[in-house]
Amino acid sequence: MRTVISRRPALIALAMLAIGALPASGQAQGRDPAYAAAREAGQVGEKPDGYLGTIGAVPPQVKKLVEDLNIKRKAVYAEKAQAQHVTIEDFAFTTGCHQISRTEPGEKYQGPDGAWHVRTAGPALRDARCP
Amino acid sequence: MNRDELTQPAVLAIVDRDKERTAVMGQYGGRYEEASGRRGLGAECGPVAMRGLVAMVSGCVALAGCVTVNAPAKPIVIELNINIKQEVVYRLSGEAAKTIDENKGIF
Repeated sequence: MRTVISRRPALIALAMLAIGALPASGQAQGRDPAYAAAREAGQVGEKPDGYLGTIGAVPPQVKKLVEDLNIKRKAVYAEKAQAQHVTIEDFAFTTGCHQISRTEPGEKYQGPDGAWHVRTAGPALRDARCP
Repeated sequence: MNRDELTQPAVLAIVDRDKERTAVMGQYGGRYEEASGRRGLGAECGPVAMRGLVAMVSGCVALAGCVTVNAPAKPIVIELNINIKQEVVYRLSGEAAKTIDENKGIF
């Protein structure tokens, strides 16, 4: 007996899969799940100098993760800064400004006073030199 | 006045072009000419003290390769690091946003 698979339910199932795979928020991106989890838990936060920082006592694997990410970030900054004929610090600072603006509510970031803040729905506390 | 009295070499001074100088002054002595009573512009002779001002020309004989020393006409501008950063940050803003979008995994 030949089994006929109706086309319509198959298409609906496929569409549901595709929707399910879409990112829940604009910033979900291609992040490492461990990184995303640490960020959500408030263990890792954005710093105004363009790098990541750990908050409080964190497990060693999170520390290592943050170090790896910072090294990768620095490599990208170095490349871009050279193309723009600016210092790495300047480029990193500018990127840090943007990153802090893009933090989701609930994530942690470091303000210009050096203290860690939790991002609210309103604008983030940023350095006066940020654009 | 002889060579031994020159304790230190003198600094290059303005070449006195009005008077034809044919004497060449080596840095550590040698022949020299005395500019009797006339002071050259910006001439410096260091700790050497002698009667009148001695204008010394080094490395230039009858050639046109004479070096003149002048004070800068415009004041020296010093830019503070903090100001440079502000300008730069505005300029880099677009590029920074693009960098974040291109490297989503690490940001």
